Amino acid sequence: MSEKFDVIVVGAGPAGTSCAYTCAKNGLKVLQIERGEYPGSKNVMGGVLYRKQMEEIIPEFWKEAPLERPVIEQRFWMMDKESAVSFGYKGLEWGKEPYNNFTVLRAPFDQWFAKKGVEQGVLLINETVVLECLTENGKVVGVRTDRPDGDIYADVVVLADGVNSLLAKQLGYHKEFRPDEVALTVMEVINLSKDKINDRFNLEDNQGCTIEIFGDSTKGNLGTAFIYTNKDSINIGVGTTLSSMIKAKLKPYDLLDYLKTHPMVRPLIEGGESAEYLAHLIPEGGYHSVPKVAGNGVLLAGDAAQLVNAIHREGSNMAMASGTMAAETIIAAKERGDFSETSLNQYREKLYQSFIIKDLEKYKDAAHTFEQYPQYFKEYVPMLNRAANKFFTVDGTPKKDKQKEIMKSFTSERGTFRLLQDMYRAWKAVK
Amino acid sequence: MHIVVCVKQVPDTKIIKINPKTNTLDRRSAPAILNPYDAHAVQEAVKIKKVLGKGTISVLSMGPPQAVAVIKKSIEIGADRGLLISDRAFAGADTLATSYALSKALERISKDMPVDLVICGKHAIDGDTGQVGPGIARRLDIPPVTNVIEVSEVNESEKRILIKRKITNGYELIQAQIPCLLTVEKEINSIEYSPMPNMIKAARYEPVIWSVNDLEGVDRTQLGLKGSPTIVGKMFTPPKPEGGKRLEGNADEQIQQLMELLNDKKELLQPNSNK
Repeated sequence: MSEKFDVIVVGAGPAGTSCAYTCAKNGLKVLQIERGEYPGSKNVMGGVLYRKQMEEIIPEFWKEAPLERPVIEQRFWMMDKESAVSFGYKGLEWGKEPYNNFTVLRAPFDQWFAKKGVEQGVLLINETVVLECLTENGKVVGVRTDRPDGDIYADVVVLADGVNSLLAKQLGYHKEFRPDEVALTVMEVINLSKDKINDRFNLEDNQGCTIEIFGDSTKGNLGTAFIYTNKDSINIGVGTTLSSMIKAKLKPYDLLDYLKTHPMVRPLIEGGESAEYLAHLIPEGGYHSVPKVAGNGVLLAGDAAQLVNAIHREGSNMAMASGTMAAETIIAAKERGDFSETSLNQYREKLYQSFIIKDLEKYKDAAHTFEQYPQYFKEYVPMLNRAANKFFTVDGTPKKDKQKEIMKSFTSERGTFRLLQDMYRAWKAVK
Repeated sequence: MHIVVCVKQVPDTKIIKINPKTNTLDRRSAPAILNPYDAHAVQEAVKIKKVLGKGTISVLSMGPPQAVAVIKKSIEIGADRGLLISDRAFAGADTLATSYALSKALERISKDMPVDLVICGKHAIDGDTGQVGPGIARRLDIPPVTNVIEVSEVNESEKRILIKRKITNGYELIQAQIPCLLTVEKEINSIEYSPMPNMIKAARYEPVIWSVNDLEGVDRTQLGLKGSPTIVGKMFTPPKPEGGKRLEGNADEQIQQLMELLNDKKELLQPNSNK
């Protein structure tokens, strides 16, 4: 029989590497397997990395990690065809230690993070696909890779193999996605000079800005678009649930083209050169879609456990936190010498007591509500734009009359009862 | 049998960009990889060892500390051990100085375990010179056999090896004595998908790193920039060829157009007509 490890971690994204790093740091023998040429080569996200969870793993990581810019401004646009109502917050204190969050490019960042794991003693193997979990008497005892002599054994296998976790599906933990449980996001990295970015987004060299765009950015469908500033490039992308795309007969790349040529967006990226085109599935089922996360000899972390808060575009932080919790559980289980489902279920308890599941529970019906009642994106965003236009246009009408007129237009367009119903429903979904 | 394979870390020239203003390679734009020809050299050593049923494969490289990555890659393919010579004294070496440094390292290696065969890639994809392999052979005073496409037979007891060499219109079958040095073409073998135990061994492997002080009898004036008479005068991206004509339409129409074009330019088909 081939060599046996304490832990095999499948995947070298934020969840897998957090888990591998923490296990190795605590003296466990860890094998981490990545299918890409190097960690990060196949990983995609919009590009915001949160400071808090990363810092808990590697204190003051910002001093050495390959980051793009600390985010000092977050903007939100409710966008119509030729207008946008925007609000946001810009705080220069976010540009100083300890920072709030950062824009990152995943290829260099994931490589760096995985290297930190290797420095702790993780054995990292790239370009290797895990085909299935090996089980004996109902316990996961290792993995079968696609390489010759490819079976390897461990006390625990951690599946951090991403949103479409084939391994979790094989174990029967996941079912196939429903189209409303998953979003398809397409994005581009557009090279643009540092000076142009600073001018267009009103930034200095070490300051970043994020814009989240609702409404016409998805042609009124459930989803969002985003624009994030890197050092000398911009990440621009758009995603909607698969079900919306199917219903509206939208093609993801058409939607991205629509966004890039939108009169509100075009001037920001004008003259840039497309450097990369990426697409990725995002688990957006939230609370209701979280599968079984712990079994006999096996744990699920990150996207594989569907841990994404779509409303707050949080995912990598949940991946890191869940990876760390998985590691803590494994370390405790190793001390007990017990890797049964009962023992590993400590992980489930940790997850459910943490911000991760609490946040997902808070918004458990939000996506469903917005999907079922498309008026929020399709009607209210344009209404809001018309109202703002009316209110801010100086035409000699007294402001009080304008307010009345705006209220009247709201109630006449939607009806007072429906308006109140919509407001109540939205409040209930996110309260 | 002790086989030493010389390998080099190179930027992936399939994707590297050349800065059009300075005409230098933008090394940040491409990842560093094991020179593809060298990967085939390692694979051939693995094949020979398998056929003989025994032997040791050592991998040797010169470069900055991060070049240990290509040694690890070679271990994945099946090499037994690897060492890197890395020192500021080697920096800026051309093919002359590189072959000198590598031959000194080879002398040191063969002191511990005599070397029977040295295998190199045909050339590195960044410089395309193909001079280092033969340079090493000359310095070690062993026969160089370049452009090898097949190692047909290795006879250890009679100290000879049967090789096919690629030539312009066919191949040459050669018998050489061992020790000798081969430089290999890509078609010599296909890189096998490494077994898992090799991957684990490579992930753990820490190559030996020698500095210039670990080598014996070195004339430092022959090392690095000092020992490199080569001067790179200019580097440039060849201009894209202009002109040409694209034939449109379905296959029949295109053939028709092509025939007309050829009929108009009969002189193209008559050799030496313009002399």
